[in-house]
Amino acid sequence: MKPSTAYSQYHPKWHRTRVSTLWWSRKWSYLKFMLRELSSVFVAFYVVILLLQLHALGRGPEAYLEFQLWLQNPLLVVLNGIGFLFVLFHAVTWFNLTPKAMAVRLRGRRLPNVLVAAPNYAVWLAVSALIVFLLMRQG
Amino acid sequence: MAETITIEVARYRPEQEAEPTLQSYEVPFNKDWVVLDALNYIKDHVDGSLSFRWSCRMGVCGSCGMTVNGEPKLTCATFLSHYHPGPIRVEPLRNFPVVRDLVIEMTDFMEKLQSVKPWIVREDDPAPAEGEFLQTPEQLDKYKQFSMCINCMICYAACPVYGLDPQFVGPAAIALAQRYNLDSRDQGKQERMDVLSQHEGIWGCTFVGECTEVCPKNVDPAGAIQQYKLAATQEWFKSFLMPWSKP
Amino acid sequence: MANRSNEPFLWALFSGGGVAAAFLIPVLLFLYGLAFPLGWLQPPDYERTLGLVQHPLTRLVLFLLCFLSLFHWAHRFRFTLYDGLQIKHLNPAINLFCYGGAVTGTLAAAYLLWTLP
Repeated sequence: MKPSTAYSQYHPKWHRTRVSTLWWSRKWSYLKFMLRELSSVFVAFYVVILLLQLHALGRGPEAYLEFQLWLQNPLLVVLNGIGFLFVLFHAVTWFNLTPKAMAVRLRGRRLPNVLVAAPNYAVWLAVSALIVFLLMRQG
Repeated sequence: MAETITIEVARYRPEQEAEPTLQSYEVPFNKDWVVLDALNYIKDHVDGSLSFRWSCRMGVCGSCGMTVNGEPKLTCATFLSHYHPGPIRVEPLRNFPVVRDLVIEMTDFMEKLQSVKPWIVREDDPAPAEGEFLQTPEQLDKYKQFSMCINCMICYAACPVYGLDPQFVGPAAIALAQRYNLDSRDQGKQERMDVLSQHEGIWGCTFVGECTEVCPKNVDPAGAIQQYKLAATQEWFKSFLMPWSKP
Repeated sequence: MANRSNEPFLWALFSGGGVAAAFLIPVLLFLYGLAFPLGWLQPPDYERTLGLVQHPLTRLVLFLLCFLSLFHWAHRFRFTLYDGLQIKHLNPAINLFCYGGAVTGTLAAAYLLWTLP
């Protein structure tokens, strides 16, 4: 987008208000947006934990046990608890926003948003159950 | 005496003040009145120097967008009774320079609107005598929602991305671009994509979603932008994997 | 296309990462961050965990999860820094930090998954 003409840009008498740095704290929906965006920090945070787990796994049983004990650090548990809430928020907002990005049409009519979002939740449930099953299966 | 309600109006008179100030007016509290009625009452009976834009009084022209108690609203569709007992604060739309009182400068929006070619673009451009372009109700339904836009700029006032970066093309212009892209009679998709695939086009949007929340016509610009991103991404991969294919 | 920008590519990674993270991370973070450390559930032991992760399919899924999620973070966090703090003038530094971090993490994931016994 090319900048606007000089006429509209440098008029001395017009009053302009600068957006405040804390604009996102002014309104609940803006704050919600900011929290949604910050959930990405905890997504990256989890990947770091996963990388540490893989690292420990590669070094042998003692290192892995050490890693498991490290996870019991109360500070880390609290951080993981907060992180869990954030990634949950990410998942829910992400699933709910997909129908907006994808206008799914069936027989010439647009499907209602609920119907587009619902499969997300079904897959989410199935994938989560599968992971729990794989990890908890005995023997 | 009948009940009254206080309207606090932002005044900005560039010839005498450097910063906008608030001025309070008492107007009759009439249940049938919208904020615009109150402003017209002030203009006609109390203070003729108050400046604001309006025209149709029925949510069609898109002239009377203002900030009412912090929210961007069409003042012709915002009832006083909603804010009873008041006071009601009326300010100009955010994110635009203020010319005077409640009047904002909209050249920037007009230029952006024009940049996305919101009209039917044809490669062949047949003469009118050759007849009209036909369209089925299904084809109309695809873009109808986006065609409801009345250019009231309320979505721009709600968009933090536009406020932070005035280069951003913005919600309404992109929704209208999508309106013509989805029109079966149009052939200008590629021309619009060249404008909107730039960083200040669709990619500046972070999907705050407020444009859709505040839109008085349920246009859903946020949805239009995400759909546009998806289409642009598909096209990018297509031209990357098959550079010989004509878009 | 007149303007070939790399935004569509980065956005595709962001979206893919958003999907991967939404489906996989809540349950994994719940198990490894809360349920196992707090003793709500008994974690699988070393042998079983290694056996699971050694499977080529698991390796592929974990690699994609790391790769896409990190680029998801890079993209979102970049814009959060731009908008939330209004520090657009630091663009090159932000880009280096975000995408550099994502590339580093992806390489680390590839190395760790590749060298697993």
